[in-house]
Order: sequence, then C-alpha cells, then structure tokens
Amino acid sequence: MRAATTLFLLSFGLGAAAVPDSCISCHAALEEGKGPASTIKNDIHIVHGLSCADCHGGDRTSQDPEVSMSKAKGFKGRPARTDIPKFCATCHSNPDYMRKFAPRERVDQFELYQTSIHGKRLAAGDVKVATCIDCHSVHDIRAVKDSLSPVHPLHVADTCGHCHSDKERMAQYKIPTNQFAEYRTSVHWQAMTKRGDLSAPSCASCHGNHGAKPPQVESISEVCGTCHVLFEQLYSRSVHKAIFSSAGGGGGCVVCHSNHGIQSPDTKMLTGSASVCAGCHDAGTPPASTAAQMAAWLNGLDAALENSDAVLKTAEKSGMEVSEAQVRLIEGRENLVKSRLALHSMQPDQVRIPVDAGMAIARETLYVGQNALRERDFRRYGLGVSVILISLAILAIRLLIRRIET
Amino acid sequence: MSAAELKEKTLDWFDERTGWRMVRDLLDHKVVPMHAGTAWYYFGGITLFLIGVQLFTGVLLLLYYRPTVAEAFDSVRFIMTRVDFGWLIRSIHSWSANLLILSAFIHMFSVVFTHAYRRPRELTWLSGILLLGLMLCFGFSGYLLPWNQISYFATKVGTDVAGTTPFAGPALARLLRGGEDVGAGTLTRFFDFHVILLPLISFGLIGFHVALVQKHGMSTPSGIPASKLSHMKFFPNFFLRELMVWYGVLAVLGTLAAIFPWELGEKADPFASAPAGIRPEWYFLAEFYTLKLLPSHVWIVEGELLGLFFFGALAVVWVLLPFWEVKPGGERRTRLATGLGVFLVFYLFVFTILGYVK
Amino acid sequence: MQGTDSIETGSEDRRTAISWLLGSAVAASLASFFYPVARFLNPPKVSEASVNEVAAGKVQDLKPNSGKIVKFGNTPALLVRVNETDWKAFSAVCTHLNCTVQYQEARREIWCACHNGTYDLEGRVTSGPPPKPLEEMAVKIRGDEVVISRRS
Repeated sequence: MRAATTLFLLSFGLGAAAVPDSCISCHAALEEGKGPASTIKNDIHIVHGLSCADCHGGDRTSQDPEVSMSKAKGFKGRPARTDIPKFCATCHSNPDYMRKFAPRERVDQFELYQTSIHGKRLAAGDVKVATCIDCHSVHDIRAVKDSLSPVHPLHVADTCGHCHSDKERMAQYKIPTNQFAEYRTSVHWQAMTKRGDLSAPSCASCHGNHGAKPPQVESISEVCGTCHVLFEQLYSRSVHKAIFSSAGGGGGCVVCHSNHGIQSPDTKMLTGSASVCAGCHDAGTPPASTAAQMAAWLNGLDAALENSDAVLKTAEKSGMEVSEAQVRLIEGRENLVKSRLALHSMQPDQVRIPVDAGMAIARETLYVGQNALRERDFRRYGLGVSVILISLAILAIRLLIRRIET
Repeated sequence: MSAAELKEKTLDWFDERTGWRMVRDLLDHKVVPMHAGTAWYYFGGITLFLIGVQLFTGVLLLLYYRPTVAEAFDSVRFIMTRVDFGWLIRSIHSWSANLLILSAFIHMFSVVFTHAYRRPRELTWLSGILLLGLMLCFGFSGYLLPWNQISYFATKVGTDVAGTTPFAGPALARLLRGGEDVGAGTLTRFFDFHVILLPLISFGLIGFHVALVQKHGMSTPSGIPASKLSHMKFFPNFFLRELMVWYGVLAVLGTLAAIFPWELGEKADPFASAPAGIRPEWYFLAEFYTLKLLPSHVWIVEGELLGLFFFGALAVVWVLLPFWEVKPGGERRTRLATGLGVFLVFYLFVFTILGYVK
Repeated sequence: MQGTDSIETGSEDRRTAISWLLGSAVAASLASFFYPVARFLNPPKVSEASVNEVAAGKVQDLKPNSGKIVKFGNTPALLVRVNETDWKAFSAVCTHLNCTVQYQEARREIWCACHNGTYDLEGRVTSGPPPKPLEEMAVKIRGDEVVISRRS
C-alpha cells in the first residue's frame, strides 16, 4: 500500500521533477527502451525515492557526463562480481541507513552470506557462484512479497533451480542436480502450487537463504521439526535419533522420508516390498515384526473408517439424515492421523491408543449407518404395504361403482 | 325405536337446524357430462385434494417448525430425524407442493383447450388464474422456510428479479424482504404469508371458484350437440371415481416421499457465495431461464426489464382471455386462443427443461 | 327352483364377503395414513436444543488458565478460562488445514499440533502457517453454567 502510494506520488514528481534524474534520462535514450534505465521503474529502490547514483555513485543532477560520472562525485561504475555483496551491503548492512526506509528489515544478510557456501567460494575468487543479484535480480529488484519477485515464496525453488538444476554448471562442484525435479514431485510443492499455501517450505525454508548451507546430519530433524513439532519430539525420544544422527547414519527424517522429493507417507513404507524399514531391519527380526504389526493396525483402522464412510454415504444417498455420524467420522480420521504420529515413537503401545479410539468411532458410525439403512428399508417396506392397501381400496371402490351401476 | 328410525330422527334434527338436506339435494342434481374429454374434469378435484393435503401436513409441520433464523433449519432437521414419521410428513408436504402446481397448470390448460372459460364462466376463469398465482406465491414463500443454502439464495435471486420492476421495484423488494437484504425479516414475513395471509385469501377464492362451478355446472365441448351428450350423476358415481383418483395420487405421494425424501441441505450462510448453478424451483425455471438468455441491453432498454415487460403483457393477455376471445360480432377467435395455449405449453415445457440442463 | 335359489344365495354371500373384504381394505388404508400421523403428534423424548447455544459445563469445572474442547453442533469449539473472571471461546478448527487446536497453559496461547501454528487469546495468528484468525464465539455465565454461543 505504502509502495503504491509512493509510486503514485512519485510518478507525478518524476513527471514534473524539479530535479530530473540525468542517469535515467540519458541511459534510457542510449538503451532505446531495452536495459536497466527502462526496467528500473519497477525497482523497489526507485519506488523509495533512490536513484542509480545512490548505488553507483555520481551526480544525478548533472547532464554533463564528465560531472555526473566523475570519481570526485563518488562514481563507482559497475562493480566486479566478487564485490557485488559488499556493494549491496553498503546500505543493507547499515542499520542506521536501513532504519530510514524499513526499520524492521534485517541487516545481517551479508554477514550470513559470508558463512554460506556461495559466500565462501566467492571470497576465494569463484565468480560462478550466486551473488545478491543472481537471486534478487538487478535494476528491477522487487520486494519479497511481490508475486513477480524471483524470491517470492512461490518462485524460490525455480530461482535456486536456475543453477542447481544445470548439470554443466554443477559438474565442477560435483553436486547432484536432481533436487528441483524431485522437489516438484513432493507434497510441499503440491501444497504451494495447488493449494496456494505460501507457508509450505521450499529450498530456503530448510537450507536458509543468505546463509545457504544444507543442514547437517544431526540437525535435520530439528529443521523438519520447526513445522512438524510433535513428530520431531517423538522421534527425538526414540532409538532412531542417535543412530540416524551419527556419521553415515543418513540424517534424521531424510532416512525414511527423503529430503527433496517428500511423498505423502503410506503404510507401505513400513512393510512389504517397498518397505523403508527393510533397509536396516531384516525380515523376521522383532523391529520388522513391530513395523508390520503397526502397519496392520493402521491399515485396519483406515479400512474400518472407509467402510463406515461408504455405508454412511449410501444411507445419505437414499435420503437418510446421517450428518452427525459423518462429523463423528472426522474425529475418527483425526485418530488415524494421531496413530501415524505415534508411529514415530517406534513404540507399539503408543500407537495402540489412538488406533483403538479410532476403531471405536468406526464401529460407532458403522452402527449408525447400518441403522439408517435398516430404517430406509423399513420405510420402503411400509410404503409397499401402503401401496398394496391403497390398491385394494381402489379395487374396492371400483367394485362398488360396478355394483351400483348395474 | 329401530336403528333406521333413530338414524332418520337424528338426520331430521340436524336438517331442522342446519338445512343440510338442501345442500344434499343440490348435490344430488349435479351431473358430469361424459365425452372424450371427461378425464380432464378430474384435475380440478386433484388440485383441491392436494391443497387439502398441504393444509393437513402443513398444520402438522407447524407443531415443530420454528420460524426464526437461528432455529428454522434445526427445527426442520429435528422433524426429519427425530420426530416419528417426520420425514414422511415433511417430504409429502414438499412433493405435494410440486404436484399441486403441476396439477393446477394442467387444470388451467385443459380449461383453455376445451374453452371452458367462455361466458358465463369468465369469473371462474379469473378467480382460477388468481388462485394459480396464489399457489405460486405459496411455493415461493414456503421454499424459504427451511432456511437452507438453496432456499436462501433462490429467495435472494427471486426478490432481486421482483426489484427490477419499473417504478415500484425497489419498494416491492423491500416489502417482500422485510428489509434491504434477505434475512430474519424476510423469514418472518414469508412465514406470515405462507401460514395465514395466503391461506385466508385462498380459502375465500376457492370457495368462490367452487361455488361458481356448482352454479354453472360442468362446461361441455362446443362441438357436441347437447342432445347427444350423456351424463353421470356426480354423487355417488363420479365422486367414487374421484376417490379412486385421489387414492392413486396418495400412492404417488407416498412413493415419492419414501423413495426420494426431500433434502435437508446445508444451513443458510449469507456470507458464503451462492452455490454454483443456483436456480429456482421448476415452476419458475422457464421464466428464469428466459431472463438469463436475454442480452443485458436491447437498444437502450435493459434486457431484464424487457423480459419482465413481456411477461407482464403476456399475463394481461392471458388473464383477459375470455374477453378478447369473443369478437364484437359474436364470432370467436378460437384458433388464436388455442394457438396461444399450445405455444405456452411448448414454451413452458421446453424452457423448463433447458433451465435444468443449462 | 332349487338350482337358481342356491346360485342366488351363493352370489349374495359372495357379495357380502367381498363387501367386507373391501370395506376392511379401505379401513386398513385409512389406518395406514393415520397411524404415522398419530405417531407424529407425539413429541419425541429428546428435545434437541437448537445449536446456536451450547452448555459448556459448570464454572467450577474449568480451572483458571486452562482450556477444553466442547462440541458445538457439528464442530469443535475451544473454551478457555483465562483467569478467575475472564472466559474466551473460539471455533477450534485451525484455519490452516482444519486440525483441532488446543490451549497451551504454559505459553498462554492456542496451538495447533499439526504444523505448529499459534494463536493469541484474541484468536489472532502469532506464528506458523494459519492464514486467518480463529472465529471468536461469545461466552455467557448463567449462574454457575457456562454457555457458548455464536456471535451475531
């Protein structure tokens, strides 16, 4: 809102500017409509009243290139790639300066960047890694919450993917390039693109944005646990935590759920040909049997709930009123969710509790559904009886008519 | 005293005080002409029977229905799920409403095609048209009472359309709605209309209509000479046949109620968006679909306004049918009247179906 | 003559039998209409209160700084006793993905276990994925009875 109003007022100001911006006016003419001077009107810095000179130095008021681009006026020209982060940090790491425009904005991005893989490599002279402008764009930088910004939550994965899905580019670093493709098959991507849930995680949510670095093996479950709190809590108290967090352990949640291509979990992960548990636990061992048992309980509960749902739906279609039972069934499904949660403790008696509660609800709602179907049948039977009686009555009247008319 | 003598004495006692035998004698003389079109005579009685069913089931529903925004939906749900045979009474009431309107239309069209509106039956025709209008008002007002999503939005659309009438439109809409929007005021008013205002007016009109029918007797098709016409006594012969028909109608109602119970729907939520494909009940569908088809503007006139104007003009022509069918010289514009009737039947039939399919 | 007599009386008997049969058919059909009506007239034992208002328990049953889930018609509601005198009630359906929220005494906030969303005691979202605040409901104390109702 503030940006829009400022832009609105500014467009008036720029039109009847007492002080024209010579950088833009000259370079726009030179560029013939294609280039920074033309795209700059979308840039958030311009919107806030800044100009080219505020980043590149020089004097925006002078039409004379000798003056406007003179070193005496602080003209810095185009910075070298290795200098770009420092260039941006001149303002963005200066709290006093930033306070004038956005008092609550962070000012530690450069500091974080220097700890990241990108930052470290850039400092060592590798110009191929990402700098500020590679993600945020340049000369048409938009706010993060602007839906056209390359770092808007919906676009972050795409932006990272520009480099990280490029095989040639990543070859020298020996980093795989399948992460974005995998991520696009995941539930998190679905949540973001199909449901429009901007709170769903993308690359930066787990890897950090400025301080980008993959989470270490021992902290993976903490990362997942920022949203999936209870799963992380149960897992941390389970036997797997210590094992998975050790070197070569595979890394917390990732061991079973994978990192980028996270799918909707299924009991098939516990037992059977696609079992994840079988990766460590041989068939027949107590852990494998426990997994199979828990899978059986969960499948049983799911099937029971489905069955009740089907019966209730049939009753509903025949016109019976079963909405209360259907609401109760939702509670039953919540118990299924709780059972899946309890799995992460790896303790069967923890899983038993919500499973039993869910089964009770499934039984209860099935009973209601069956009653409704019985009532429906009673009504149809009653109707049949009425229709027979009515037919007999009609016959009676016909015979009476016949009698009085002959 | 024997049983027969006792019976005779009792009847005499009542006759002295009420004169019931006079009514019986009048009824005794009532005859029904027998010809190819006699079957159509049943439809007036069917309509009357269904009105009786509505009255009966309506009074029963009133025992449990609560006409406030907070409780209406829940009281209907209560009737459908908790009250013994509540589902039956409510479903019969809803289905019978539809059958009633259908029967009334059939009755009206059979009168048109047999030209039974002619002198001296013009007032019977007028009161009948008025009654049809009242039945439609019954349908419209009753439809809101369960206060579910469909009825709320259908009422909104319906009162919106009423509001587009020139000059009186906005005032009419406010009068119907009991406020600016459909809300608690509307429910109270529609309940008033449905339960007392419309019934009072209807009973008066029905009495008038039926009395006129008794006075003039059944109309006979003009093509058949009076001498060749045979007659059947109304009581008991024709009446017994009517009873059979009414029993049949009851069987149909019971079947519909048991196999296709009337939906409860979802409680009305004024802040939710209208359900997709919202449309009024079938008896308003043809007009509704026509209005939808009209372009938003025809020259400078708003399309909807033009549509309403045509409906209004058509209604005036239809109501005054007995008067313009007679030419000043005494000749008849029979073909015109029949043609208009046929056109209307087709229009209503086709556009109702289109309204459903689209 | 003998033969004709018996035929006549035979048909008389038949007619009476048929009359009886048919008369009872009519009576039975009428009974089949009036039986449901008679049952209908009898009010059910359970008089369902309309669900605009729900009794949520007694005042003394809920300690200060605690909450409980109450069934409000079709959906769960969360009743929170903030302190001795203040009560709050909300729809307990999380606005993110419809899980049922709960009251966290230690943090004095409302929390959703599914994805760690939190709300304050005004129902406003304070962190996590929920996109909208919780729908607030009205709480009335009648004597020692706590009653939750929809806000009009």
